Amino acid sequence: MNINLTLLGQMITFALLVWVTMKFVWPPIIEAMQERQKKIADGLAAAERGKHEQELAEDRAKKVLQEAKQQANEIISQAQKRANEIVESSKDTARQEGERIKASAQSEIEQEVNRAREDLRKQVGLIAVAGAERILKREVDAGAHDQAIQDLAAQI
Amino acid sequence: MTASEYIKHHLGHMTLGEKGSFWSIHLDTMFFSILLGAVFLFIFYRAAKRVTTGVPTGMQNFVEIMVEFVDQQVKDSFHGRSKVIAPLALTLFVWIFLMNIVKLLPYDLLPRIAQIVSGNPDIYLRINPTSDVNATLGMSIAVFFLIIFYSIYIKGAGGFAKEMFLKPFGVWFLPFNFVLKVVEEIAKPVSLALRLFGNMYAGGLIFTLIALLPWWIQWTLGLSWSLFKLLIITLQAFIFMVLTIVYLSMAHEDH
Repeated sequence: MNINLTLLGQMITFALLVWVTMKFVWPPIIEAMQERQKKIADGLAAAERGKHEQELAEDRAKKVLQEAKQQANEIISQAQKRANEIVESSKDTARQEGERIKASAQSEIEQEVNRAREDLRKQVGLIAVAGAERILKREVDAGAHDQAIQDLAAQI
Repeated sequence: MTASEYIKHHLGHMTLGEKGSFWSIHLDTMFFSILLGAVFLFIFYRAAKRVTTGVPTGMQNFVEIMVEFVDQQVKDSFHGRSKVIAPLALTLFVWIFLMNIVKLLPYDLLPRIAQIVSGNPDIYLRINPTSDVNATLGMSIAVFFLIIFYSIYIKGAGGFAKEMFLKPFGVWFLPFNFVLKVVEEIAKPVSLALRLFGNMYAGGLIFTLIALLPWWIQWTLGLSWSLFKLLIITLQAFIFMVLTIVYLSMAHEDH
């Protein structure tokens, strides 16, 4: 263990190493690290912000969806109501139409019946007259039948 | 070669100039410390030049971890503002770590290569600079100068003188205070240097002793001591760095 010039040499070497490190090594590395730190912090903040925004958007979407559902339900119930109304009203018209058709058919039938009855009556009259003529031709007993013929004539 | 010769050989230095005189220099210590300093600067400077703010890869990642580690240590114990302290701490930590870890290279390999290359079988080559007290004292005395510089720079010459003469016992014990303070200040670099030197020197000595064992048993002690040494190496580099930060931080503070 002898102290000699190595001591001074070592001091000079050490001083030079420190100087170079201080001048050229330390600043760029520490700067880059700080910059990266800032970048990462910014990135994390942005991610946080994005997450928050996504949550908001999700909420909004949920609300919109709910509204849409509600609207759809309303529309469906309205449509059902309207359909019921339409069915009801068409039932009504159908019934009325049926009744009208029935009524007109009935009146037509009645007319027909009346006409037939009129015809019949006319024909019965004619037959009665013809029958009477025949009876009258065979035994004209004016005296005996005069009363009857007169009654008939009065009736017709 | 006898055991004592072998040990003595491993404790010597490749010296330029007269041995024992102050005007000589340990070539092996200087060469390996400068080489390892260059390795440190090469790795870190290359990473610093290519540094990006994007995702760090490979060497940049490693360098950034080291820088962040040192930066955190400095932030934790140093409350002043200085551009020098953190790079100084980084240099100390990595450089001392590198100078320590060459100890784990095969113990006789590089000295034997040096002997073969130089053709001189008696040549000394100690590859571990931190087991040379000159190297550790060189660093700690540089730190000591910084401590004095910052003490005067921050507190002013008057403030520094006041601290040297009036603390801790007040004006009536002025010479006593001064002696106490001088011892306290001197103790800082001496303890820094001798702690590191003692650890590495003793570690090396034990490697030498292990190398004297029969070859088939060496691996048992060699392996366990190497693993243990790995812890010590990191720990000593860390201690040197942290104590330097603490001392410089103390120099910045008014008591």
